[in-house]
Amino acid sequence: MAKFVLKRLAMLPLVLAGVTMLLFGLFQTLSPESRASLYIKDPRQLSSLEAVIREHGLRDPFHKQYLRWLRKVARGDLGYSETAKMPVTEAVRAFFPATIELSVLAFIPIMVLGVWLGTLSAVHKDKLVDQLSRFISITGYSLPSFALGLILLMVFYGVLNLFPPGRYSLESDIVVHDAAFNAFTGLILLDSLLNGEWALFVDALRHLVLPAATLTYITMALLVRVTRSSMLEELGKDYVRTARAKGLSEAAVIAHARRNAWIPVITIASILFVQLLGGVLITETVFAYPGIGRWVAQAALQLDVPAVMGVALLTSSLFVLGNLAADILYAVVDPRIRFK
Amino acid sequence: MRDALKAAWKNLRRKPLSLAGLGLLASFGFIAAAAPLLARPAPNSRDPYLIPQDGYSSDPRRPDARHWFGTTEQQYDLYYGIVWGTRTALSIGVKVVFVSLAVGILVGGLAGFYGGWFDELLMRLTDVVMALPSVILAVVVVTVRGPGLDNVVLALAAVSWPSYARLVRGDVLTVKEREFVLAARALGAGDMRILFRHVIPNSIYPVLVVASLNTGAVVLSAAALSFLGLGAPVGYADWGQLISMSRNWILGASGSPLAYWHTVVIPGTAIFLFVLGWNLLGDAFRDILDPRQR
Repeated sequence: MAKFVLKRLAMLPLVLAGVTMLLFGLFQTLSPESRASLYIKDPRQLSSLEAVIREHGLRDPFHKQYLRWLRKVARGDLGYSETAKMPVTEAVRAFFPATIELSVLAFIPIMVLGVWLGTLSAVHKDKLVDQLSRFISITGYSLPSFALGLILLMVFYGVLNLFPPGRYSLESDIVVHDAAFNAFTGLILLDSLLNGEWALFVDALRHLVLPAATLTYITMALLVRVTRSSMLEELGKDYVRTARAKGLSEAAVIAHARRNAWIPVITIASILFVQLLGGVLITETVFAYPGIGRWVAQAALQLDVPAVMGVALLTSSLFVLGNLAADILYAVVDPRIRFK
Repeated sequence: MRDALKAAWKNLRRKPLSLAGLGLLASFGFIAAAAPLLARPAPNSRDPYLIPQDGYSSDPRRPDARHWFGTTEQQYDLYYGIVWGTRTALSIGVKVVFVSLAVGILVGGLAGFYGGWFDELLMRLTDVVMALPSVILAVVVVTVRGPGLDNVVLALAAVSWPSYARLVRGDVLTVKEREFVLAARALGAGDMRILFRHVIPNSIYPVLVVASLNTGAVVLSAAALSFLGLGAPVGYADWGQLISMSRNWILGASGSPLAYWHTVVIPGTAIFLFVLGWNLLGDAFRDILDPRQR
C-alpha cells in the first residue's frame, strides 16, 4: 500500500510541471507587447514599452521565462489582479472560502442523492422509479445552469423573497466586519457557529440554498448515471445470484453489490468535486456570489491575466490532487488494484 | 457499421424517448434551414445574424402580435434571435465536433500506431490537458484570444479532443495487429498509407458516434461562455447571449415580479430542448455501444 501511494506521489511533480507548462505556454502566445502591458500602471510608461519588455525579459526563450515565472509562483507571487484590486494570492484567500463553502454544500447532496437515486434506479430497472430518476438526470444535464439559476431567483427571490442572491445580507455584513467577530476559517457557516451568531448562520444558509440547489441538480445527473450502470453490472453477476439463492434478504444483496459498485463512483465523485469548483463560475455569476468563480469570470472579461492564470493554476492543482486522492481511495476500496 | 446502424434504429424504434429526441433535432434542423423564411431579415440588414432592434428603450417588452416572444432589454426581438440562434448553435456544435475529432483522431492515431516513446509523449500531453477543468481551460483560451464565437469554438475544441484521442488510440492498438494490416504491409504500403487508409478508417466509428452526440454538451458550454460575455458580440443571434441581455430585469417590475419571465424562460427553453434532443439520442446510442448493459 505504501509503495503504491509513493509511486503515485512520485508522478505528481511531473503532472504539475506539465500543467504549469501548458498554462504558461498558453499565455506566452500573447505578444510580448500585450504581456508588457501587465506591468504598465501609467500611460506615460507606454513610450518606453520596449524598456519594459527588456526589463522583464519578455523576449527571452521559453524555458527561461517559464523557470523565472515558476520561481515567482513558488514564492507565492502570482501578480496583481486589477479586477479584485489586490494581489492574486490575497484575492484567492479572500474568495476561495466562499467557493469551498458552496462546493461542499452542493457536494454532499450530490453524493447522497446521486448514489441513492442511481441505486434505486438500478434495483428497480425500467420501473416507474427508474424512469423518474432517468428523467431527473437527463433534464439535469440538458438544462443550462444559468437559465435555471435565473428562473429560481425569479421565483424564490422575486416572488417569494425566501432565498436572496449574494453571500449574506447587509445586516450580516455589519456583524461579519465587527471587531468582535472572529473569522476563524473564512467559512461563514462555520465562523458564525463558532462565534455563536445564529442569525448570521441562518442568513448565510438562506443565501446558499439556491446556488447549491442549482449546482446539485446540474451536476448530480452524471453520478446517477454512473451509479446506475455500475450497480446494474454488479447485480447481473454470479455472486448476486448465489446470494439470492442462499435466501439473503434483498437489502443484504444490494449492500453486497453496492460495495463492489463503488469504484467507478469514486472516480466520478473525485472528478465531480473539482468540476464543481470550475462549474461555480457560472453559478456564482448568476447568484452574485462572491467566490473565485465570479471573480475569474469578471477577470476574463477584462484581460486580467494574473487572476485567470492564478485561478487556473489553483483549480488544476486541485484537480490533479483530486485524481491522486481517487487513485489512493481505489486501492483502499479494492485490494486487486493495490497488488497489481 | 451498417449492422450497428440497424441495431441503433431497432433500439430507437423501441424507445419513444429517443424518437422524441430525433424529432426535436429534426425540428431544430428545419428551423435552422428555414430561418430566412421564418424570421425575415430586414431588407437593409448587413448581416442576417444581427438581431433587429425595435427602438432602444431599456425595459423588455412582453410577447405580443408584433414580437411573438417579446423583446429583451434594448428591444432585441427574441423570436428573431431564437430562430437565427438555431443556426449559430448548430454551426458551433458542428465546428467544435469537427475540429476536436480531427485533432483527436490524428493524435490518438499516431500515438497508437507508432507506440513507444512517441505514444508516451502524446498521451502524457493528453493527460495534462485533461488535468485542467474544462470550463477553466476554455476561459483561459478565450482570455488569451479575446472574446468571440470563433475563439469559443477553439476553446471548446481545445478541451474536447483529449478524450477522443484516448478512444482512437485504444482502437488503433487493436486494429493495427489485424491481418489486413500485415497484408497491406506485405504489399509494400508505407506507414502513412496503412495508418490513414487501413487503420484509422477501421477504428473511428465509435469515436464518431461519441463525438457527434457530444454536440448537445458543446452547445451548452458555448451558451454558458456567451452568457458570461466571452462569446458572441452584442446583438448577434446567440441563445446564451439572449439570456444575459435581460439579466437586470429578472426581478420584474414593482408589483409584478414575473413581468419579464419570457426573457429567460424562452431562450432557456430553446437551449434546453436542443441539448435534450442530443442527449435523448445519445442515451439510446450509449446503451447500444455499452456491451455491459446488453
